[in-house]
Amino acid sequence: MKKTIFIAAAIVLGGLLCEMFEAIHPFGIPVNTEMDDYILVHALSDRSAQNVVTSMVFDFRGFDTLGEAAVLFTALSSVGALFRDGGKRE
Amino acid sequence: MKPLSVVVTSVCDLFAWFMIVFGVYVINNGHNTPGGGFQGGAIVATFLSFMLVAYGGKRFWAWVHEGVYGFLEFVGLVAFFVFGCLGFPNSFFYNSVSIPEGGKVLSEWLPYSGTISLMNVAVGFEVVGALSLVVIYMYGSLRMIDTGAGMGGERGHDRFDR
Repeated sequence: MKKTIFIAAAIVLGGLLCEMFEAIHPFGIPVNTEMDDYILVHALSDRSAQNVVTSMVFDFRGFDTLGEAAVLFTALSSVGALFRDGGKRE
Repeated sequence: MKPLSVVVTSVCDLFAWFMIVFGVYVINNGHNTPGGGFQGGAIVATFLSFMLVAYGGKRFWAWVHEGVYGFLEFVGLVAFFVFGCLGFPNSFFYNSVSIPEGGKVLSEWLPYSGTISLMNVAVGFEVVGALSLVVIYMYGSLRMIDTGAGMGGERGHDRFDR
């Protein structure tokens, strides 16, 4: 009983997955290009950045990079809490 | 952790400083070339683990100062936040230092990309401090458990444990 339910669910989910892959746009042809074109045009003229990737990381989405720095700091804090003065039980 | 053989220590003497120089290059040219603060900081922080593996725990603790790396982490985070706040009349993380007006770059004394390159340097400081402190903390706790007696070293051609 369990096995038949599992097989039926696998077939249904696999069909849905194949349908989803059919609906994906082809590689290199994005659906919406307004934002890409805006960033490519304005990276040098507005933000004076020669490297578009760096202008994305540190300017257009600088808040995201602040989150990355916070993630690194949190990882460091947890490593320090775990390992600092390890083995010293008072 | 015991030091490795003379081959590894010689390679460490030769190439560790090139690794630091290359990491600083990647950080400083992050606004022009691939790479940036995170990647260059990781390259620079590799130096500490290389030193630990090659020279062993005793030289490592004689050489390392925890406070330096904590200070680097602190300075990097605070500088990154301050550079983000510089553009506040417009928006958070607005590149306010070097906005060209009619093809002319304001404030020639700063790099061309403005706060982008400054933030690269700040993030580089932060990543160097954080990854080095992770290595230091983890090896410190390892030393407390094991006292480093049976770890590391190369069997057969190890000149330090004869």
